[in-house]
Amino acid sequence: MKKEDIPQDKGALGNEVSYVVDENGKYTTGISNGWDVKIKALDVAWSDIEKKVNEAKQKLLNDEASPILYFMELKIMDLPIVAAYTGFWQWQIRRHLKPSVFNRLSEKKIQQYAELFEITPGELRNAKQILSNR
Amino acid sequence: MKLDFTHAQAAHCENGVTTSLLRHYGVQQITEPLAFGIGSGLFFIYIPFMKVNGGPAISFRTMPGMIFKRTCKSLNIPILRKKFLSEEKAQLELDARLNAGEPAACQVGVYYLPYFPREYRFHFNAHNLIVVGKEADNYIISDPIMETLVSMSSYELKRVRFAKGPLAPHGQLYYPRERKPVTNEQIKAAIVTGIKRNVRDMLHIPGNFAGISGIKYTAKKIKKWRDSLGLEKSRSYLAQLVRMQEEIGTGGGGFRFIYGAFLQQAYAYHQVDELMDISRQFTRAGDRWRDAAVQASGIYKGRLALQQDYNHMGDMLLEIADMEKAAFKELAVAVKKMK
Repeated sequence: MKKEDIPQDKGALGNEVSYVVDENGKYTTGISNGWDVKIKALDVAWSDIEKKVNEAKQKLLNDEASPILYFMELKIMDLPIVAAYTGFWQWQIRRHLKPSVFNRLSEKKIQQYAELFEITPGELRNAKQILSNR
Repeated sequence: MKLDFTHAQAAHCENGVTTSLLRHYGVQQITEPLAFGIGSGLFFIYIPFMKVNGGPAISFRTMPGMIFKRTCKSLNIPILRKKFLSEEKAQLELDARLNAGEPAACQVGVYYLPYFPREYRFHFNAHNLIVVGKEADNYIISDPIMETLVSMSSYELKRVRFAKGPLAPHGQLYYPRERKPVTNEQIKAAIVTGIKRNVRDMLHIPGNFAGISGIKYTAKKIKKWRDSLGLEKSRSYLAQLVRMQEEIGTGGGGFRFIYGAFLQQAYAYHQVDELMDISRQFTRAGDRWRDAAVQASGIYKGRLALQQDYNHMGDMLLEIADMEKAAFKELAVAVKKMK
């Protein structure tokens, strides 16, 4: 890439270092403040996440999944990550995704999940009501 | 206290940490391209049985941690690298290092990194930064991705040092153990080692999904994505490929431009004329990677949707594979002239 071709398309990260060649073919660095091609790539990643969050929300409202699935998607987490942070086994978490099991969870377990998702235990327990009122 | 430390922005975090730390510890000659080349940073791999954020696991560079490790080893600089079980001990040891007047690097996760824009905060745990001071409860951070120094509270730093999930850092702390200058002879020898190892990794690595064969493997996969994954998922896969190639501090063109810069800088130490021409070949390869990214963006923006568009993308990668194969073969010959 030539120095004068560095894209300046204003991305989220701000100024980034690019390696480019000058008019004599010598390598130097230049600053790019974003490139449309990769801004769109990041948009795709976030719209995929948004889609998963909406699906989880729908499942929560339909009583097909517990609030844990919704917050897990919201925090871009998967079972191994939730397991690593909470110390639960993946099979336990998979059970906690069922509304019937979730409703019987101990205060201590609710507390652990709420901490990970950065919400209060009440917000976790009542997520369905809160989301359906929005 | 804030140590006397020169912050420098780099394209990639590990290159940047390696360069700034080694400079601080007395290696005046080191630059980002030299660290990248000596650490044999250029690579390609598509791990077929693994997923990252639900997409393909593709990398344009060597494994995290290798650039620092190899560069220090080649330059005969002893390093300390330590993981911790206790969060408290991890902090005490960092503080002790700072109190001794020396900066130290940490591996961290970016999800909870407070100064990163939200759009970039995925659960990626192999980010690197240097801690250069502490004032009250705040750590002063030289993060090579950032333009200036930033800071984090002790809680925030603890949280990113103990991020969980794949490649969890476990509080990892690392730094050169002594301050010592390096001779130009040592740099010369390290360049040769770095190039030889990179030639081996790209041309001769076993299996079909890494090195040059990995690029061809990916090319063939892309041609099949439209049928096997459907339009929507293949768009996400292509976007992920482009993010790995351009987004994660690669300096553009999937690190190919940094490697081109490395070969030019290597020429200053080894006057082997072929180096300059091979550098141009890597520049062209990087340009073609960017052309391929433009083609991919046509697909994930929804402008291109036909099988022939995927075929075209795959063919571009096959062409790149041939370009890089030729360049590395010439490099394998040229390195023999470098004494």
